[in-house]
Amino acid sequence: MSDPVRDEISLPIERNAEVASVNREETAPLLQVRGLKKHFPVAKGWFSRKNEYVRAVDGLDFDVMPGETLGIVGESGCGKSTAGQMIVQLLEPTEGNIVFDGTDLASLSGEQVRRARRDLQLVFQDPYSSLNPRMTVYDLVAEPLIVHGLASGKALKTEVMSLLEAVGLGPQHADRYPHEFSGGQRQRIGIARALALKPKMIVCDEPVSALDVSIQAQVLNLLKDLQEQFDLTYIFIAHGLPSVKHISDRIAVMYLGKIVEIGTREELFASPKHPYTEALLDAVPVPDPRLRRKREPLPGELPSPVNPPSGCAFHPRCPYAQDICRQQTPVLEPKADGQSAACHFPRNMDEAGVTI
Amino acid sequence: MSLLEVNELKTYFKTAEGTVPSVNGVSFSVEAGETLAIVGESGCGKSVTSLSIMQLVSDPGEIVGGEVRFEGKDLLKLPKKEMRKYRGNEISMIFQEPMSSLNPVFTIGNQVGEVLRRHKGLSRGEAKQQAIEMLKRVGIPRAEQIANNFPHQLSGGMRQRVMIAIALACRPKLLIADEPTTALDVTIQAQILDLIGKLSEEENTGVILITHDLGVVAEMADRVVVMYAGEVVEEAPVYELFERPGHPYTIGLMGSLPKMNEQRDRLDSIPGAVPNLLDMPPGCPFHPRCPFAIEACTQTKPALEEQQPGHYVRCLRAGEVG
Repeated sequence: MSDPVRDEISLPIERNAEVASVNREETAPLLQVRGLKKHFPVAKGWFSRKNEYVRAVDGLDFDVMPGETLGIVGESGCGKSTAGQMIVQLLEPTEGNIVFDGTDLASLSGEQVRRARRDLQLVFQDPYSSLNPRMTVYDLVAEPLIVHGLASGKALKTEVMSLLEAVGLGPQHADRYPHEFSGGQRQRIGIARALALKPKMIVCDEPVSALDVSIQAQVLNLLKDLQEQFDLTYIFIAHGLPSVKHISDRIAVMYLGKIVEIGTREELFASPKHPYTEALLDAVPVPDPRLRRKREPLPGELPSPVNPPSGCAFHPRCPYAQDICRQQTPVLEPKADGQSAACHFPRNMDEAGVTI
Repeated sequence: MSLLEVNELKTYFKTAEGTVPSVNGVSFSVEAGETLAIVGESGCGKSVTSLSIMQLVSDPGEIVGGEVRFEGKDLLKLPKKEMRKYRGNEISMIFQEPMSSLNPVFTIGNQVGEVLRRHKGLSRGEAKQQAIEMLKRVGIPRAEQIANNFPHQLSGGMRQRVMIAIALACRPKLLIADEPTTALDVTIQAQILDLIGKLSEEENTGVILITHDLGVVAEMADRVVVMYAGEVVEEAPVYELFERPGHPYTIGLMGSLPKMNEQRDRLDSIPGAVPNLLDMPPGCPFHPRCPFAIEACTQTKPALEEQQPGHYVRCLRAGEVG
């Protein structure tokens, strides 16, 4: 398989830079996820058969357009990281399809999956445990290029140096080891590794959660710059709403393995339709004491994904729940332009179903 | 007389590579019923400050100078045995990691009751009864049952509630909360902050809230101390600080926050990283990252000076910036 763009060594590669303004109807999605599920078996006792399942991800449907950033938010245990790992083929889905760039990833053989991974990279949360402490920065960034046989000798060196430069590190850093770097710099190394294969899509799993505030801003700015420079598509998984809002074009909110709401950043933040989204937005502390207010914190906790509540999984915590919510699982359906929610009684809408 | 007065506190760590001045001459005070937030990034000395107040700094760390006056009495001069009467009784602490601060082999009820047996001399039965009362107050459902559970059977939010129950069991006058919600999800964080606010108001408890989250500061604090590289760089009442931040570091921190109510293309990040405490730059420790630095900042170490009543800034150009 020879791909002229891939074989070009020097950075930056210039692809079509006009993707930011894609027309949805005309452009095919880069990623299509349909009915994606992951159920982990729970062993009961020592010898009994496994007959219970943690429904970590329980039916996801969404598209990601080329050049776009889709944010996935939700609290711990909602399944957002499991979803991300299935997309980059680190976990095998229990059910459902992941179609990337027109190919169903489940249909690929081992070697083909390895090739597909070139286009589909992951940036991990913890820059302390995701870098091999015995490898120098140069070796860490060169590794993916060597493994995929994309460069060697002088070309390899040039490539690694330009990658380091792209993430804001210099040649003076190349011979050092990860422990000599701060968290922010390590995350830059992790990003350089992900960039090395010139992927089309990068799944960022909580890339800034472990970093200090001032450093988070540096990494968020870097991710935005790289997206423009290398024409990248991102899935940005995080629990911190302000950073997700900052970087995403569209946002999916997950609760107990399902998407409860998905929409454009503007719509979702200005007019949340699902009560959980509303509660989540309300719970974020606002860095302005003038906006301090008496809040009604959402009661209770995330239910067990082994025995999710009947009907709408959110009903035990929902202030607006009625009988139908306990019996019937709401489906994710459009509630406004560019915004879908799975709720029988969506918020911020008048009786005619129009957004207020 | 303030409830707590910390004067020129110095806590150093003597390592093989040299002495690390983690807390380098920190002063502040807390009044009864007041919430003082200490903000700063990792390594700024905020947690070591709180551990020093409790005298829980372990080797190779050592408090090498200063005073910690609690109701006028310098705790650093007390013998160890005397100090134990304060710790967990008059002054108590909530830690960031509720899992590692609870003992996995004792029941919840036992651990909440322990402080009551120890400080109030209650019997086992009385302590358990009061422990259950305390668990109810911090919003734990089915408290009688949960009292017999072990820490691993509870969620993170529930464990943090248990920690708060332990910390408040003896009705302390001062509560130190070190990143109490950092490990929790936002909806649970909202519950816990609400609880700390409510309980401290009911009992007129002084609170030192240590956090890196300016959102939490804005919601909870009356006054704020900003720390950088082991020193206080700014202190101000909370409204004043957010309206008129005076130190370039505080200004930078606020600019680097993505905000929920506005959309910017780029965040104003602070360049570089926190300096190595073993190898501090001369002059102002912030000057290598400071957009306002002038020649003098590389040589002269600024003093913490009052700019407005109650608003202190450690910057040569305070008044010009901000």
